[in-house]
Amino acid sequence: MNTSPLIHQDRGGPKQALLEVRDLKKYFPVRGSFGAAGKFVHAVDGVSFAVAKGQTLGIVGESGCGKSTTARLVAKLMAPDSGSMVFDGDGVDEFRGIALKDFRRNLQMVFQDSFASLNPRLTVAQTIAFGPQVHGMSAKDAERLARDLLMRVGMEPDQFGARYPHELSGGQRQRVNIARALAFDPRLLILDEAVAALDKSVQAQVLNLLQELKAERQLTYLFISHDLHVVHYLSDQVMVMYLGQIVEIGPVERIYGHAMHPYTQALLSAVPSMDPAHRTMSSPISGDPPNPIDPPAGCRFHDRCPKAQAICQSQAPRLMVVATDPAHQVACHLNDPHAGHGNAPSVEYAATALNEVSA
Amino acid sequence: MSTPRVSIKDMGLRFTGKRTVSAVNQISLELAHGEVLGLLGESGSGKSATLRALLRLYPEGRAQVSGQIRIDGQDVLSLKGRALEQYRGGTVSMVFQEPGVAFDPVYTIGQQIVQTIQAHAAVSNQDAAAQALEMLERVQIPQARRRFDAYPHELSGGMRQRAMIALALSCKPKLLLADEPTTALDATVQIQILLLLRELQKEMDMSVIFVTHDIGAAVEVADRIAVMYAGRIVEQGAVADIVHRPLHPYTAGLLASSVGAANKGQPLQAVPGSPPDMSNPPVGCAFALRCSRATDICRTQVPPVEHKDGRSLACWLPLNTDAA
Amino acid sequence: MPASASLALPGAAPLRATDSPGYWGTVWAQLRRDPVAMAAAALLLLLVLAALLAPWLAPADPYKASMIKRLLPMGSPGHWLGTDELGRDMLTRLMFGGRLSLLMGVVPVAAAFVIGTSIGLFAGYVGGRVNMLIMRTLDIFYAFPSVLLAVAIAGALGPGLSNSLLALTLVFVPQVVRVAESVTTQVRSLDYVEAARMSGAGAFAIIRVHVLGNVLGPIFVYASGLLSVSMILASGLSFLGLGVKPPEPEWGLMLNTLRSAIYLNPWIAALPGAMIFITSVAFNVLADGVRSAMELRT
Repeated sequence: MNTSPLIHQDRGGPKQALLEVRDLKKYFPVRGSFGAAGKFVHAVDGVSFAVAKGQTLGIVGESGCGKSTTARLVAKLMAPDSGSMVFDGDGVDEFRGIALKDFRRNLQMVFQDSFASLNPRLTVAQTIAFGPQVHGMSAKDAERLARDLLMRVGMEPDQFGARYPHELSGGQRQRVNIARALAFDPRLLILDEAVAALDKSVQAQVLNLLQELKAERQLTYLFISHDLHVVHYLSDQVMVMYLGQIVEIGPVERIYGHAMHPYTQALLSAVPSMDPAHRTMSSPISGDPPNPIDPPAGCRFHDRCPKAQAICQSQAPRLMVVATDPAHQVACHLNDPHAGHGNAPSVEYAATALNEVSA
Repeated sequence: MSTPRVSIKDMGLRFTGKRTVSAVNQISLELAHGEVLGLLGESGSGKSATLRALLRLYPEGRAQVSGQIRIDGQDVLSLKGRALEQYRGGTVSMVFQEPGVAFDPVYTIGQQIVQTIQAHAAVSNQDAAAQALEMLERVQIPQARRRFDAYPHELSGGMRQRAMIALALSCKPKLLLADEPTTALDATVQIQILLLLRELQKEMDMSVIFVTHDIGAAVEVADRIAVMYAGRIVEQGAVADIVHRPLHPYTAGLLASSVGAANKGQPLQAVPGSPPDMSNPPVGCAFALRCSRATDICRTQVPPVEHKDGRSLACWLPLNTDAA
Repeated sequence: MPASASLALPGAAPLRATDSPGYWGTVWAQLRRDPVAMAAAALLLLLVLAALLAPWLAPADPYKASMIKRLLPMGSPGHWLGTDELGRDMLTRLMFGGRLSLLMGVVPVAAAFVIGTSIGLFAGYVGGRVNMLIMRTLDIFYAFPSVLLAVAIAGALGPGLSNSLLALTLVFVPQVVRVAESVTTQVRSLDYVEAARMSGAGAFAIIRVHVLGNVLGPIFVYASGLLSVSMILASGLSFLGLGVKPPEPEWGLMLNTLRSAIYLNPWIAALPGAMIFITSVAFNVLADGVRSAMELRT
């Protein structure tokens, strides 16, 4: 058992994606506690993506889109109904993969509710020291590590180490949560709305801290948020989710500059304007995000989409590469010349565009 | 207009009990008819407490409100009994942050709005129901007739918030207090609610005090912005002035630390430290500990509020507007 | 110092590891400030001491009967609280009776606390079908009123001290399990337990470090409320002849045997009842105080 600082090896090499998720599905039954044939909440319905080493993948979406469930599936806090996950080229907790306990050292999570994520009976130092001790570190080494980490996240160990969570502010608690996650020396950090509940001035401090830590420790981030500004600031790649599915995924500047999916476009224009002279005049979309219980056939967004046509109601679009940028994918019939949507580009145009890009 | 609709002078709010906390200290505000004021602040700034004090929601024994509050000429602090009940909901009404919690779960939406209407005017059940339905339609709830008979838990977050706005506006108040009404909502719903509030406010010529920590939301609805810090108003002015030419270092810090496309790749200009603990307030200017420009006078004396050119400012060393 | 600004604001005093009193320390400090709870605690302490030191402090022999001195009134010389129907000194009997009564109040609750918490923790943590199985089985016991259940079990086992202790324990276990399971289920879904699961710790470590400490509080409060119930039930069992047998002094039993003396000397007949009453109230007040002390924490 490892008693020295936890060391990880880069098993896959730089070209191997750190995390690859394929066709994850998770349905929750509604009522009928004995699993009787009832309705299901399609929380996560066929999600696939990859995160490269040292990158930040931002996941955005509204209530019911499944981003938090996806995070928990990736963190292996619950088992998916189907789908697979590969971490640095290895399966997890399966034959010839890495053991679950080792996986836990590589992947950690920072939760949204900074207060609920800390045991109210333990001091801050004890909370941070718990993790390394589980993996075999001695109590003394773990305490020293906890103090070092508190220092690193900007909290004086002498001043804060012996405090209880209720004696700290929201921003301080979140720093403790980050320190606790770092105690494992992880390679991937999932940040599930980690800055959402913080005051804006404190949020900026924590975001700076996250960026510094990422550079220092070669971390990879999975950043889940509903705040589009913050996602833009932190992410290299952005994934937009709606009702348990990915509707668009691509490099951050593509998504923010050339969003292709009507939902992404609506989301981006729903952000309040910062210029009093140019206020938002009309809402880009009406109604509330729908309930993911038994979603309809066809495209799940069709009932709120300003560009929907008959094809959208009958056939669900697949995630397809955008002609002008192979790294950008969208699940919309508008992007697919073969789908039969009236406004989709013609087949010839799509082919030319692809040629230009790959040339 | 000669008399402003809302006039608050030197209002203070003190909580007594185990510890004495001065949540709000000497704030002064004025609001004209049909004007929207955005009250911007973070935790501990006292913004929510101010709203609740305006509605006299705190029990007498535990909270003391000082100063002068006049709404449409009425002295709010001296109201008692029936007059106070009429005031709440009739003159001033409030929209809360969590739409799910503000409704009574055992009554339908329609019933609750009807109850409110009938508490303020002698109206028959049918008339009250008709008014309530009209209100629900005005807040653009789809299928208002069906939602009238729905229970709060049957509605989604955005619809509950619309219903709450309908409830608040049912008695046509002169002043609407909105306590972070969109903070708990999704982005696409938030913008709808903000636009709705703007529309209704214009239609009904209502004054609004809109509390938020999100500058973007304030910019969308407010005509003027007042920035609160540690129980005081540190800066007040027209929305364009505050956003483009802030004078107080805290306001400037808030604006500079907001995240956006412009900062990508660089560290954010964060304001160091965190908001003070109001049970143990610092001496002098409450922001001095976090301010990069603080000098001795800042640390020892509280800066007075000064009014100039339609703006108020409480700072010993304001930022130079010429440089903006 | 990196750009992520330090939170060490000037003027804040450093805190040493020994400064913080910990959870139970805070609860105790809070409790100390509650005069009513402290009075109840003092009273209980007095009663316990009187019971423990009875062999040395009591004025007479609890078993020594005297036919001449039967039912002497209170204040008689040598017998401050009078004598019972067999001429035994009441004060002595009450003090010795306290030993058994308090024992029968505390032991079943303590045993139920340990057993019930273990089962409840397990059921709550594991969840799912196993949880349902355990809880529904215990519901069967829960459906019976406690008095009836106690009498039934004691009746089946036969009279005697250890049998009635067992009967009472069995009556209380389902109740404690219910509270323990409920609290554990709540705590289990909190983020910090999820975070502990993410650390790769085993179930036992998680329960020991993260769940147990947070769950003991409410269970303890509930259990301390059971103390008075246990005493009364025990006295009831003795009254019915199912618990302690004469001539052992025990408050409930004394109530029974003094029944015939009610018309002759009602004050003496009421004394054991008064003791049960006072002790139960003291337990309840103290339990209430502990509950308030725990609530005011945050």
